[in-house]
Amino acid sequence: MISSIVFVVLLLGASFLFAKNVKTIIRNIKLGKDLDRSDRKSERFSLMAKVALGQSKMVVRPVAGLLHIVVYVGFIIINIEVLEIVLDGITGKHRLFAPLGSLYVGLISIFEFLALAVLVSCAIFLIRRNVLRIKRFHHKEMTSWPKSDANLILITEILLMGAFLLMNAADTQLQNLGAEHYTQVGTFPVSGVFVKMFSATSVGTLVIIERGLWWFHIIGIFAFLNYLPYSKHFHILLAFPNVFYSKLTPKGELDNMAAVKKEVELMFDPNADPYAAPAEPVGEPQRFGAKDVKDLTWKQLMDSYTCTECGRCSDVCPANTTGKALSPRKIMMDTRDRLTEVGKGIDKNGPDYDDGKSLLRDYITEEELLACTSCNACTEACPVNNDPLSVIVDLRRYLIMEESKAPAEWTGVFTNIENNGAPWQFAQADRLNWKNEE
Amino acid sequence: MSELKVPTMAELMASGQQPDVLFWVGCAGSFDDRAKKITRAFVKILNHVGVNFAVLGTEESCTGDPAKRAGNEFLFQMQAMGNIQVLNAYEIKKIVTTCPHCFNTLKNEYPELGGNYEVIHHSELIQQLINDGKLTVEGGVFKGKKITFHDPCYLGRGNNIYEAPRELIEKLDAELVEMKRCKSKGLCCGAGGAQMFKEAEKGNKEVNIERTEEALEIEPDIIATGCPFCMTMMTDGVKLKEKEQDVKVFDLAELIAKANDL
Repeated sequence: MISSIVFVVLLLGASFLFAKNVKTIIRNIKLGKDLDRSDRKSERFSLMAKVALGQSKMVVRPVAGLLHIVVYVGFIIINIEVLEIVLDGITGKHRLFAPLGSLYVGLISIFEFLALAVLVSCAIFLIRRNVLRIKRFHHKEMTSWPKSDANLILITEILLMGAFLLMNAADTQLQNLGAEHYTQVGTFPVSGVFVKMFSATSVGTLVIIERGLWWFHIIGIFAFLNYLPYSKHFHILLAFPNVFYSKLTPKGELDNMAAVKKEVELMFDPNADPYAAPAEPVGEPQRFGAKDVKDLTWKQLMDSYTCTECGRCSDVCPANTTGKALSPRKIMMDTRDRLTEVGKGIDKNGPDYDDGKSLLRDYITEEELLACTSCNACTEACPVNNDPLSVIVDLRRYLIMEESKAPAEWTGVFTNIENNGAPWQFAQADRLNWKNEE
Repeated sequence: MSELKVPTMAELMASGQQPDVLFWVGCAGSFDDRAKKITRAFVKILNHVGVNFAVLGTEESCTGDPAKRAGNEFLFQMQAMGNIQVLNAYEIKKIVTTCPHCFNTLKNEYPELGGNYEVIHHSELIQQLINDGKLTVEGGVFKGKKITFHDPCYLGRGNNIYEAPRELIEKLDAELVEMKRCKSKGLCCGAGGAQMFKEAEKGNKEVNIERTEEALEIEPDIIATGCPFCMTMMTDGVKLKEKEQDVKVFDLAELIAKANDL
């Protein structure tokens, strides 16, 4: 009875905390500018099914991709078992679904195999990260928290799966000893191997082990749930909406800024009154391009929370792989970290709070931005369809249009384009000279 | 060398004619010495087949692509609006271009600003001419040669055109060999995003050297590409590696023109 109450309190507490953290993240994402991605719904659903659910972009790298699918499928399906654990916890019953008979044994057997597969996959992932030291996990942005985060997730999953299997082993031994309260369901295939470990253990100790592991398992899950919003692991939830709201236009296409279009149209309008008083500005004056996270769209902000720091983007980035400062993964991580900081400022000091910092320069340097070739290798590689390139371009737009800060060569290019319609200093009148040359 | 027939829109307009397709030459194709050869090669093909085309000539101006990628959206839209006025005044319906950057900008970014045209890359037009039986290609000088294709980002990843260039190379009876990173995984030459016009940021290697080394690894006779900027980067790379005697860099149009002895 007492344990039921403790359990319910924990369950409610964990759910409440999780909901609160998710609400904060949604609020933060909504700090971004409007962007309409409500079109082409059926295309979006099938993209989501393919890329998020089907993980089509994960398997481009087969080893990591297949292991990831194992962990993912295991994680999802084993959650059915968690449903039983939760109901057991509330009702104080043990193995509530056992009356399903052979179906139950079959299900738990599948869960056990999956748990083993998840455990082994996570172990391989740990080895890849820490022993094989695969390069993309050890870039400069992958120190301190991001590094611990990845390892913590893997270790937690291993512990949770281990607890689940050992709990079943202890349970089986208790059944063998005919202990009261332990429903006879028989031996399961994976945990069955470990039953021998407990052959000399007394019923009292076994009950402590079994209950201990049960509580460890479920409290572990509650803790992990609340760890998600602070971790790259949040991608298991956000990957779905993030892929759904992907950019569907060709990768080469950049958006035409609406604010600029208005200005340019006015300049081209022969009927425009050159002496007209400018229209009263409505609301805050808009910036051209992005200086801080609030200048980005909600989708770019969602991208940043969805980023799982796998580094496939930076691994294929021509700038990054030739030693330049730019790393598309860092662009995503910086955006997220800055957004989290802005969010905390708002929580503490109200919605108009300005800490005097910005994404540009306090997080991302000009040198990083200037190294991008806009080749779209990063967006092609991202397994959750993030678009780091759009963030880079928006920050560049701020540098150029608000601060007129361009490398000298670019300033020359702009002048040439304006004056003679080409990035080089050739006269427009000579544009057809190639016709008569050889 | 026979004279090239390059009618301008102004000339056609004066005689009350309309071309089937406008050839957008682009800044590189107009002014860069190496790229001008690509332009001429492509025109030779158009003349050979008798395609009814025209160019804007001195009325053409930069599409604004490098300005936009550098972050100067204002300059880009000024260029775009100006070009659209010219194109719409001539009632242009279809555009072919030898530059993937012009191609991408005209095709994807101009419609929202009022410029709606069917835009194709020259590799697609040449492929169509072959498929329609208007142009026959025999390998000739390229028969049996090892040719690799370097995917321009704005043609490949940018607009999903991977096959037309490769089909052209296969038409040459050449051996098409792929680099380790090709098609959607192709490595950039280093020129995009307005990098062409400035020194690269500090690093430990130039992007074009990285790409050239990758190409040289498979020991091709020819590195083919479909972009004047990739052309510059790859040619420079091959020169720096002192391989210009063994490995040539050609545009697809040049390969087809040379194979046909044009």
